[in-house]
Amino acid sequence: MKRVRLVLWVPLIAFLVCLAVFAAGLGAPQDKTTKSALIDQPLPQFTLQPAMAGRPGLSTADFRRGQPMVVNIFASWCIPCRAEAPQLEQLARRGVPLVGIAIRDRPQDLAQFLATYGDPFRAIGADVDRRVQLDIGSAGVPETFVIDGRGVVRHQHIGVITDSDVPAIVAAWEAAR
Amino acid sequence: MRALAATAMLLLLLASPGPAAADSLMPAARWANVQLPDADQERRAKALMETVRCLVCQGQSVADSNAEMAGDMRSIIRERIQAGQTPDQIRGWLISRYGEAISYAPQLDARTALLFAMPLILLLAGFWLVRGRFRRKRKA
Amino acid sequence: MIAETGLALLWLAAALSLLQLILGWAALRPGGEALLRIVRPVAVAQGLLVAFAFLALIWLFLQTDLSVKLVASNSHSAKPWLYKFAGAWGNHEGSMLLWVTVLAVAGAAVALFERRLRQDTLIATLAAQAAIGLGFYAFLIFASNPFERLPMVPIEGNGLNPLLQDPGLAFHPPTLYFGYVGISIAFSFAVGALITRDVGPAFARAMRPWILAAWIFLTIGITAGSYWAYYELGWGGWWFWDPVENASLMPWLAATALLHSVTVLATRAGLRAWTIMLAVVAFSMSMIGTFLVRSGILTSVHAFAVDPKRGTFILALLTLYIGGALLLFGLRVRHVKEGSTFEPVSREASLVINNLLLSVILALVFVGTLYPLVTQAFGFEISVGPPYFNLVTGPLALVLVLVMALGPILKWRRDRLHAVANRFAVPAVASALTLVALLVFAPHIGILPLFGLAIAPSVALASLAPLWGRNLRRTPLFTWGMVIAHFGIAVSLAGMAADSAFTQEKLVAARPGQVIEVSNFSVRFNGVEPVVGPNWTAVRAELQATRNGGSPFLLHPEARLFSSPVQDTSEAAIQTFWNGQLYAAIGQPDTAGRWQFRLWWKPFVTLIWFGGILIAFGGLLSLIGRLRREHRGKPVSETEAETAGNPEAKAATA
Repeated sequence: MKRVRLVLWVPLIAFLVCLAVFAAGLGAPQDKTTKSALIDQPLPQFTLQPAMAGRPGLSTADFRRGQPMVVNIFASWCIPCRAEAPQLEQLARRGVPLVGIAIRDRPQDLAQFLATYGDPFRAIGADVDRRVQLDIGSAGVPETFVIDGRGVVRHQHIGVITDSDVPAIVAAWEAAR
Repeated sequence: MRALAATAMLLLLLASPGPAAADSLMPAARWANVQLPDADQERRAKALMETVRCLVCQGQSVADSNAEMAGDMRSIIRERIQAGQTPDQIRGWLISRYGEAISYAPQLDARTALLFAMPLILLLAGFWLVRGRFRRKRKA
Repeated sequence: MIAETGLALLWLAAALSLLQLILGWAALRPGGEALLRIVRPVAVAQGLLVAFAFLALIWLFLQTDLSVKLVASNSHSAKPWLYKFAGAWGNHEGSMLLWVTVLAVAGAAVALFERRLRQDTLIATLAAQAAIGLGFYAFLIFASNPFERLPMVPIEGNGLNPLLQDPGLAFHPPTLYFGYVGISIAFSFAVGALITRDVGPAFARAMRPWILAAWIFLTIGITAGSYWAYYELGWGGWWFWDPVENASLMPWLAATALLHSVTVLATRAGLRAWTIMLAVVAFSMSMIGTFLVRSGILTSVHAFAVDPKRGTFILALLTLYIGGALLLFGLRVRHVKEGSTFEPVSREASLVINNLLLSVILALVFVGTLYPLVTQAFGFEISVGPPYFNLVTGPLALVLVLVMALGPILKWRRDRLHAVANRFAVPAVASALTLVALLVFAPHIGILPLFGLAIAPSVALASLAPLWGRNLRRTPLFTWGMVIAHFGIAVSLAGMAADSAFTQEKLVAARPGQVIEVSNFSVRFNGVEPVVGPNWTAVRAELQATRNGGSPFLLHPEARLFSSPVQDTSEAAIQTFWNGQLYAAIGQPDTAGRWQFRLWWKPFVTLIWFGGILIAFGGLLSLIGRLRREHRGKPVSETEAETAGNPEAKAATA
């Protein structure tokens, strides 16, 4: 009979375990963004054509020249991307080498966007079918990555860069040196 | 007046594929909405797509979503299948870029062992519970 | 004015609920018998009050009273009246009010109609129902007030999500809630019986019709929801193992198991503790589902707007109610008499196995749905979706369906294995032939659809077996109900397996004039035209299709753009035939003037929902049959039912 008694309490115990799981779920930060799994991994091999005339494109080799760089993934049709233009200027002024990957963009739209919102990029690669974006584990625009001098991904920032985010990115870039 | 509005609407739609503000102005990727010519390959690609999570949706596979990014992912999956990669290889590639959450098919390892052992555990527990309910076969 | 009245009615209902609880508690104490008579009317009044509160909300929506926050955020003056009406429950607060309304109305129904239950158990039941109501009234009034006013009246409302602007919304949630929340009666019955130590066959007979009623609604609700997703989401899928869908499936699985175990309790006085446990589990699943859907801890297309504070409130309610009920179970169930044991080959045994399998499937769906939460707590993220659920529940479901086929042809108390094999011979042969035919003509289909299609005929035939050799007019109505419900399962299974195995899909970017081939259909794309609706504009395509060169028919899929909120939807065009559906959806045009089309030929897919309707209809016949018998004063003896109208069986048992 004792064995029967214990079994009767199993449902309650199971429920208490569920409660703990639910409470943990509620307590956890509601962070629904998907992060790249390539942090601390080398960049995959890629080559992107220039997104507009008069500007070099982008390839993995550019990240292996011994200098850490910050790559901003953006698009002219991405409305939130317009909001981070001042912050990108800030980064550029602090000497952070900025390159861009333009997702699914036409040269004329890109030119218009940069003319309106500013152009801090040394090079912009054209990723017309999101091939490279998927290959580096980025799930949307805008996103910003810090890559060290040997082509290893060191930091990812998801979403618009606000003023309060700039120090963190600068710090990540300096740490990557 | 209504006809005018409707015509304007039609022109708008024709001019910009993708009325939502979050989409680009470029057309869909090559294989986003086109089936592979080889039926076997298409079957494998379709089966894989149904297990890949759409990253910009709220709980849909890339096969079920009409988000632009889902289309791009479908295109790359079909491309890779056509190039000869196996579904497992492609899934492995996606997991290496986005982590395990991108696959709706959990991989069997130490952390999901409990999940996969559950059917057996539950069945055994169930049988153990009911074993006392049955009369033993009495020898005549 | 109406909004304030609605809120006042809610407060009153909550107060009555408290009164009901206190009176119930007092009435059960020695010397409180005089109060017994008051509890019933209080429960009925509570139901009426909250029903009026809900009507008040509907009125506000129909009038598009934009001073009410809920109406302003979810409605629009240009919406068709049907969606204004249904929009009342197309949001968190409104659907929560519906939830509470069904809870109170269910309690009122028990108070009005339940006559067979022992007085004290009935009072305890009503008290338990009131206790549940109290918590959710508090949640509604303090954390999800549907009648909240806005300080400034906006010019126009935000409108309803276009995906919900569909007749399905008017039908699916209320039906689902009548089942989902209606099963609270079983929970309250179980708690009541534990309190008054009244767990026995009489109790089971009293509880059974209530379980049936809730289960019928739940079946219809899930079937309707599945069909709605199928045609509205535009991609031809009918089940996605989405957390919210699972939240409705789990109570259904528990209620189905409960339905069968309560029969064992009613007839053979066995499975007492188990039946009580199931009754508690069924509604617990409903409450947990409510938590999952409204707390935002799981991502889902169906989930309401997220608010972790509301989640915490509901979690507290869960702790109180489920924890309380399970605690009571642990403490009291040892007083429940031990039931009899069963022969391994008997109807009871098959019902035990049926319950076992249903419970395992339920537990697997539960674990699978929650596992991502568990891993998140340990620091890593995974997704558990259809591949896992289909893999683990599919085979078990097939075994369950086979057991279901065998159950009704097994005799109560004791049966012989070879006799059963004889009875099952014809169905078994049918399945074997089907299996061989499939292996020969359709070797490429997956293993699960293969077995699904193969066993469907035997299950269908076996479920009809109880009618065999019987005077059909004298067969009890509830036997008909069982037969039709089980047959419905076989029909649904066949539909699911056929859809899985034989669907053909065609994706084409077509120019006007182009012909698309799908299966034996020739579909010509004639062109597009703009169309304007009440609150949307659309591009409508005309497709002219012929089948094997037969007479042509037209399909008009649309790509709609709604104005408020701005969202595009795809309205699929479906043509139904006796052996399947041709399903067409239009997508985006490309720069070359070609339009994206998706066409499917889905053989026998309608069987899925037709089967669902049969299942519910069978349940309805069962319910009416049992109620009629009770009314006529005939004791419902299962063996008597077995033999009614069946001369052979009568002779065998004589």
